Amino acid sequence: MPKTMFEKVWDAHIVTQQPNSPAILYIDLHLIHEVTSPQAFTGLRQRGLKVRRPERTIATMDHSISTHDPKIPISDPLAAAQIKQIELNTSEFGIRLYNMESEHRGIVHVIGPEMGYTQPGMTIVCGDSHTATHGAFGSLAFGIGTSEVEHVLATQCLLQTKPKTFEVKVEGKISKGVTAKDIILALIARIGVGGGTGHVFEFTGSAIRDLSMEERMTICNMSIEAGARAGMVAPDEVTFAYLKDRENSPKGKDWDPKVEYWKSLPSDPDAAFDKTITLDAFSIEPMITYGTNPGMGIKITECVPDPANFSGEEIMNQKIALEKSLTYMGLEPGKPLIGKKVDVVFIGSCTNSRISDLRLAASIINGKKVSLDTLVLVVPGSQAVKTQAEKEGLDQIFKNAGAEWREPGCSMCIAMNGDQLQPGQYAVSTSNRNFEGRQGKGGRTFLVSPLTAAAAAVTGQITDVRTML
Amino acid sequence: MAKFTYLKSRLMPLKINDIDTDQIIPARFLKAIDKNGMGANLFADWRYESDGNPNKEFVLNKTQYSGAKILLAGDNFGCGSSREHAPWALTGFGFSAVISTSFADIFKNNALKNGLLPIIVDPIVHKAIFTMVENDPNYEVEIDLASQLLKLPDGKNISFPINEFSKTCLLNGVDELGYIMGFEKEISDFETRLN
Ligand code: SF4
Repeated sequence: MPKTMFEKVWDAHIVTQQPNSPAILYIDLHLIHEVTSPQAFTGLRQRGLKVRRPERTIATMDHSISTHDPKIPISDPLAAAQIKQIELNTSEFGIRLYNMESEHRGIVHVIGPEMGYTQPGMTIVCGDSHTATHGAFGSLAFGIGTSEVEHVLATQCLLQTKPKTFEVKVEGKISKGVTAKDIILALIARIGVGGGTGHVFEFTGSAIRDLSMEERMTICNMSIEAGARAGMVAPDEVTFAYLKDRENSPKGKDWDPKVEYWKSLPSDPDAAFDKTITLDAFSIEPMITYGTNPGMGIKITECVPDPANFSGEEIMNQKIALEKSLTYMGLEPGKPLIGKKVDVVFIGSCTNSRISDLRLAASIINGKKVSLDTLVLVVPGSQAVKTQAEKEGLDQIFKNAGAEWREPGCSMCIAMNGDQLQPGQYAVSTSNRNFEGRQGKGGRTFLVSPLTAAAAAVTGQITDVRTML
Repeated sequence: MAKFTYLKSRLMPLKINDIDTDQIIPARFLKAIDKNGMGANLFADWRYESDGNPNKEFVLNKTQYSGAKILLAGDNFGCGSSREHAPWALTGFGFSAVISTSFADIFKNNALKNGLLPIIVDPIVHKAIFTMVENDPNYEVEIDLASQLLKLPDGKNISFPINEFSKTCLLNGVDELGYIMGFEKEISDFETRLN
């Protein structure tokens, strides 16, 4: 029987599958952070359990930490307690922690690939829905809840019902000014935030093969925003080149056999998917969201949809949802977004905070000033990204333009650390969620690519970056 | 885990589609290091005015629905993050079940692990229940998990799907960790094959 890549990885990790029960799946790599792990360790203590394979879990702190000088103590006592708790938990249970002093610290989904922990064919989980990012390597990577974090700590296993498969084929070449972020925003706009529910995406097609590893990560990262459990891209020479010589990659004589194994992972040519969709890469333009979920997206040159154009019983709910989100966003239906003034530009998050993202943003900002009325935050995804950017002088480009160059972390993607919008403010953001209040209570978010964000930083308004290329 | 077998209750109607976990419990409340006390912040940004007073328009603050143990929500409930704080907040507030036409995967998994029953009904039933509840806040339904039936007061029995395994766990209050640990030998054998 021909198999999809997902099925190959799934089958290789089944510990046991009892009748009428979910599979017990072995987990190769477990990532934890300070927000979704404390209650799991409490659970272990209450049951008197140990961590089964401490070497298979790595920990970092990224969500509630400050992006100012790490030497200044965190002023929020709750956040400080959470940071202290992960220090305690990891040291008590013998788990490696990349803490505030570590040169490897960063957003969990940035540092895993960067250090070579993330490898093709693995099962990877984290108490965080954007774990989907790691699927860019052809691993099966998905977010779990805190109870499941405890299960993995205790048993290195999870109970899982087998999801269905969904092939997302992107064929052709993307145009100038269009990025990986625009591809994934276009997909979610097309199928909606529930379009992938119950499925694992596999991204295929010539446009995907053309992407770098970092771009593939951006695409897989947002699979969850279409409701999919995970997103995967088949490993190829681009993947192997990325992994070669990373700190935790196979070394010496172990390399070749691993690569051989990785080459066996791609879906068999005649493997069947439960669903398939094809996107034409050439027709994708820079995208922007206008509403309060990532599926409410349009081409940047289009107008905000008008609820008046919705009629008929079955789309009543959609109409209500659209009206509600336009009210929240303070937008007029039928009007273009281009020219809309923005208060904040956020360049960061596990979607778009890698070195290639910062290079894209810097290419637009270089030699210019950011708009005087706009606060521009550039938050690298990890210490390693920060160091590399500084080596290339990107920090100078941002600083000279008047943008703020911060320490790595989740920052205004989730607004837990004090970096947040004020009520009513508009942000153009490279992050992944535009839910009500996501970037601060009452804040309004437009999701875009790093190129589009940089264009808004310079002009202070929503801008078609293609006019600046 | 708390058992779930049978429930008779009124419903709290929240007619919004795609309610995400940032609405169920905003991120700033995720800094807690235990599970308790989340109920107070359930739907915080909809429920409270900026001065901290209850928003009288929001359904959780309407006395006619208070005490309802079933949340009747719009389509695709629970999308967004993997935070288990979402079901903790819902159960902390007093809900034992949520009715919708569909649920996001991670939310559904998290709910089932916390004794919160996600009930999927078809759009026609969904709409009919909304109408009944909006017209009569005292409208009550029964949930019988063993027979997987949602029983409406007019005598209609609506069956709902749930996987056998989760159903057994809920009916007996058994948690999954104990189940996985029962396969210690298989896990060890698997690890031997890995090396
Ligand atoms: S950057 Fe945003 S989406 Fe990514 S892990 Fe952090 S909070 Fe989650």
